[in-house]
Amino acid sequence: MAARTLINVPPKAKRGEVIQIKTLISHVMENGFRHDNMGKPIARDIITTFTCAYNGEKIFEAALYPAISANPFITFYTVATESGTLAFQWTGDNGFSQEATAKITVE
Amino acid sequence: MTDPASRMNTTRRAFLAVAGAALLVRPAKATPASMAAAIRQAVGEAHVKPGRIKLNVPPLVENGNVVAVSVSVESPMTEKDYVKTIHIFTEKNPQPNVISFQLNARAGKAEVQTRIRLADTQTVVAICEMSDGSCWSDKVDVVLTLSACLEDPI
Repeated sequence: MAARTLINVPPKAKRGEVIQIKTLISHVMENGFRHDNMGKPIARDIITTFTCAYNGEKIFEAALYPAISANPFITFYTVATESGTLAFQWTGDNGFSQEATAKITVE
Repeated sequence: MTDPASRMNTTRRAFLAVAGAALLVRPAKATPASMAAAIRQAVGEAHVKPGRIKLNVPPLVENGNVVAVSVSVESPMTEKDYVKTIHIFTEKNPQPNVISFQLNARAGKAEVQTRIRLADTQTVVAICEMSDGSCWSDKVDVVLTLSACLEDPI
């Protein structure tokens, strides 16, 4: 199941500038502590890791737990070093994996 | 001691014992002790001092399902001195861990934002580990009106 992602990276930046990266992905983040109306526990289904790579080098990683809201939103910063691609990857329970990329031009 | 008052006391004690046992079999819940254990697991034996890190959570939250949280750390973020990890813990959620971020010197600015769930009125703790191994923490007491859904959906 493809999840929708929303990435906000400035398209252009000056060399050495600190840029803000905002990421959002659609996911239920079922925490595994709830029961359905028959009283059966609902299995956990969450995103467990998020990584960001800048031109192949990992710059940011997060380990997510059930206490993260549905549709995980993560904002972080990095230094714009060179033009290239930011690759984002989310992985989770039940073999969930989703990738997204964003291009940045550094002047 | 057979006066009615002492008999009532016994029954009250018995009632409290039963009620206490009933509380114990409730679904798993993090406690300050389990939070401390989770913190130990995350940062090891390092001494955690208050300061340098700032946790921003609204003190009064209406909806525990979506609580905007931001954490910033005072750090020059150079190759020699940077923030390695930022963790968020809670006292009374079913699990003490909330999220762990791994940063490196390329971050430029040690600040992260996310949205978390809170199950109860409680203390939220943020801890960061620097590249030199020192650990810093900040905590905020949050009052909650509507808890994140842990109970059966209706």
